[in-house]
Amino acid sequence: MTELNSLTIKQAKEGLIKREFSSFDLTEACLAQIEKVDKKINAFIKPIAPTYDDVVSAARKADKLLSSNQDLPLLGIPIAVKDNFSTMGIRTTASSKVLDDYIPPYDATVVKKLKDAGAVLIGKTNMDAWAHGSSTETSDYGSTKNPWNTKHLPGGSSGGSAAAVAADEAIAAIGSETAGSIRQPASWCGVVGLKPTYGRVSRYGVIAMASSLDSPGPITKTVEDSALLLRVLAGTDEFDATTSLPPVGDYTLPVVDNKIKNLKIGISDEYFIDGIDKEVESAVRLSIEKLEKMGAKIVKINLVKPKYATSVYTIIQRSEVSSNLARYDGVRFGKDRKLFGEEAKRRIVLGTYSLSSGYYNQYYNRAAKARSLIVNDFEKAFEKVNVILGPTSPSLPLHAGASENAAMFGEIADILVEPSSIAGLPGINIPIGFSKSMLPIGMQIIGRQFAEDLVLQVAHQYEMATANENWRKKRPNL
Amino acid sequence: MKYTPVIGLEVHVELKTKSKMFCRCSADYFGKKPNTHTCPVCLGLPGALPVPNKKAIEWCIMLGYALNCEIPPFSRFDRKNYFYPDLPKGYQISQYDQPFAVDGEVFIKQEPNSQNKEKKIDVRRVHMEEDTGKLIHEGDLTLIDFNRSGVPLVEIVTEPDFVNPFEVTEYLKSLKQIVRYLGISNADMEKGEMRLEPNISLRKEGEKRPSYKVEVKNINSFKFVERAIEFELARQREILDKGETPVQETRGFIEKTQSTVSQRIKEEASDYRYFPEPDIPPFRWTDEQRNNWKTEVKNLLEEARKNSPKEKANFYVGLGVSNASGASISASKYRTQVFEAVIKENILPKEQLGKFGNFLANKPEEKIDQNLVPNLTKQLINQFKSSTTTADIDDKELDKAIELVLRENETAVSDYKRGKENAIMFLVGQVMHNFPQKIDASKVKASLLAKIK
Repeated sequence: MTELNSLTIKQAKEGLIKREFSSFDLTEACLAQIEKVDKKINAFIKPIAPTYDDVVSAARKADKLLSSNQDLPLLGIPIAVKDNFSTMGIRTTASSKVLDDYIPPYDATVVKKLKDAGAVLIGKTNMDAWAHGSSTETSDYGSTKNPWNTKHLPGGSSGGSAAAVAADEAIAAIGSETAGSIRQPASWCGVVGLKPTYGRVSRYGVIAMASSLDSPGPITKTVEDSALLLRVLAGTDEFDATTSLPPVGDYTLPVVDNKIKNLKIGISDEYFIDGIDKEVESAVRLSIEKLEKMGAKIVKINLVKPKYATSVYTIIQRSEVSSNLARYDGVRFGKDRKLFGEEAKRRIVLGTYSLSSGYYNQYYNRAAKARSLIVNDFEKAFEKVNVILGPTSPSLPLHAGASENAAMFGEIADILVEPSSIAGLPGINIPIGFSKSMLPIGMQIIGRQFAEDLVLQVAHQYEMATANENWRKKRPNL
Repeated sequence: MKYTPVIGLEVHVELKTKSKMFCRCSADYFGKKPNTHTCPVCLGLPGALPVPNKKAIEWCIMLGYALNCEIPPFSRFDRKNYFYPDLPKGYQISQYDQPFAVDGEVFIKQEPNSQNKEKKIDVRRVHMEEDTGKLIHEGDLTLIDFNRSGVPLVEIVTEPDFVNPFEVTEYLKSLKQIVRYLGISNADMEKGEMRLEPNISLRKEGEKRPSYKVEVKNINSFKFVERAIEFELARQREILDKGETPVQETRGFIEKTQSTVSQRIKEEASDYRYFPEPDIPPFRWTDEQRNNWKTEVKNLLEEARKNSPKEKANFYVGLGVSNASGASISASKYRTQVFEAVIKENILPKEQLGKFGNFLANKPEEKIDQNLVPNLTKQLINQFKSSTTTADIDDKELDKAIELVLRENETAVSDYKRGKENAIMFLVGQVMHNFPQKIDASKVKASLLAKIK
């Protein structure tokens, strides 16, 4: 039998309901895997919070509910949560030593929803400090390594969550994306990462990076699990004024193909940028051909060059960061400001500059205007197509150390996910294969606002159609 | 040299909403145990988000309408970034270039000797923001109480239209009255519910506008605003007379010395790095919403003016109270409460209401709880009754006493006959002295008058 920790949410639920194993068994299997492999990949912040006793008692509580036939969507499922989500009574650092001692007195809405759904919080995952980065190398708690090859980066900022799922340390994980922080590490770690529409999932309790962009979302082993988690997480929140009114979609996925036929998939040449990794390009083009064979219509579209989105994103994100980090002024939270890392300091300085009087119009205001142009650009595209498809990352997972002395590392690694983030659109990364060097390759599917259901369905159909491809049988060798 | 004072006002009014501006903590913080009215939002904890208080926004807009402002159809919150230990987020949520209300006007009474009866004061803007925490200095320690953090504040900014302290006070009185009429704040200055910041400068003859501006912060009484303005005008005049220009700065008012002292020199406007608050979506008001608020304000103000002291005083005079007593009763919440209770419950016969009113008007002011009114009313009625209850006296005895008094006080009698009305009261008093018990003064007066004529 497959090891319990390598199960998907769906498989684990079935096993729990049929009493094939308990939540305790499942949780123990994940904890054992963490014990075994996390020294190598450092997906969790150490010392791991919550404690072993806390995790086990949550699993036993779930078992009790299971034995009384309680039906909750995630009952007994061990889930890892990125360390920028506030967890009541459990240290939450956002991977910055500035918050080394900080224990929140409240749960983020996402955490509360997971708990209400019966999930077992197995640990807080590593990330780029304050979510600033795409490598998880800026963490003050050591960098995370790619489970497929520990000499390579897992991506970021949700690198800990993506690595934990890829390494079967958790059944699923929660990440957050500002521009790329879910999709890019999912792509580099070979897992499914969904960035929902901005406002679809509450930000309450998520340590803010760029408030007008931050979107929490699931990182999972399959598209089905992603849909299942989104059903739990999505919805308006009375504690987040930016959560949106449109009712939560039905993310239940059909078992038979009913969506791909005649679906118009937009492909923009601008997304196969100069310098894109050849293996990435050919893998994505091959996937497009597969979709065409499944009945999709491939439509050429022209989108604004992604590099413009990078400029817009950089200004807006740095500006908001400079304001959001102001509260860590050394008066509260117990630690000094000098514990801020290089990247955070760089962002604070740039953001402070771009908001300063005399520069506001030249930078922030202009970026805000350009942002609406990008929004319009996508709207126009979606008049012609149902979804847009492209590579998630222009490169394979880079070598450890690549982000050092590269101030714009993240912006370049995330160039293909920034435009849709700026526009607040939903997008999903799905794994499509491996390079010759055995590093994962991902592809993203982007939909119009609140079209998570369609995005998930297309991804799901692709996943089912390619379920028997050989590369899917590979597991990281740790 | 001749100078014209140029004075503008910024007033902060704390709204009396049940909860704070961006969270559900109670906004009723005054006198409460420190840091008991707090939550992740008003403590600025990592990840906490502001959710705007609808009532507070409506009240801000209603105040805008009451000050004859335009309410723009689009509005939003902005972040005002600055560091201070009482500001837990490192920024204050305020409004910058899209406030809830703009371009209003208020008409104020002018000094009695001026040419025009009224003067128009332009209101530049009315906007919504959140209050900060409070620093408490104890010995070497500075403590922070966050109970006040996030309490809704409305800021009302006028154009520099005032030329003297009288106008400023008139404006403040009418602003305070409007705020109370709308029921959106008690504007209790002692509790810091209304805070005043005049900006003061002097314009030289021929000058378009002064090249400097002095702001005086956090004054908590109308009287002190007057003092601060008077002090500043004199201080600045002295500097200008020497051919110098006063420094552009923020000054604080010192109650003890009734003077202002420099607090912070402002070379340029501070750079608060305002930008749109990304955590709160902007507001778009419909015509219907705005019309409803406007109508509500109109009705509230009409209703309140009906119950205004002036209208009330007129009503009391109609019941037989003297003009002076009518004004005295209506000016006091305590006396108004008592008098209204007496009228409402028919405690006294109608013809005695006037007398009771005059009696009440002379009672010292007291601060009382609403639920103590019935008791106090009872006491006062008893006092009043005993003061008016008089012993019956024999007419013959009275006549005798009167004749005696008239004989002994011929000067007073002739004074009265020459038109000195007061003299009669003196005679009444003399007559009453002849009786050990309390007798009816009006009866004595009537008999005296009959005898004199």
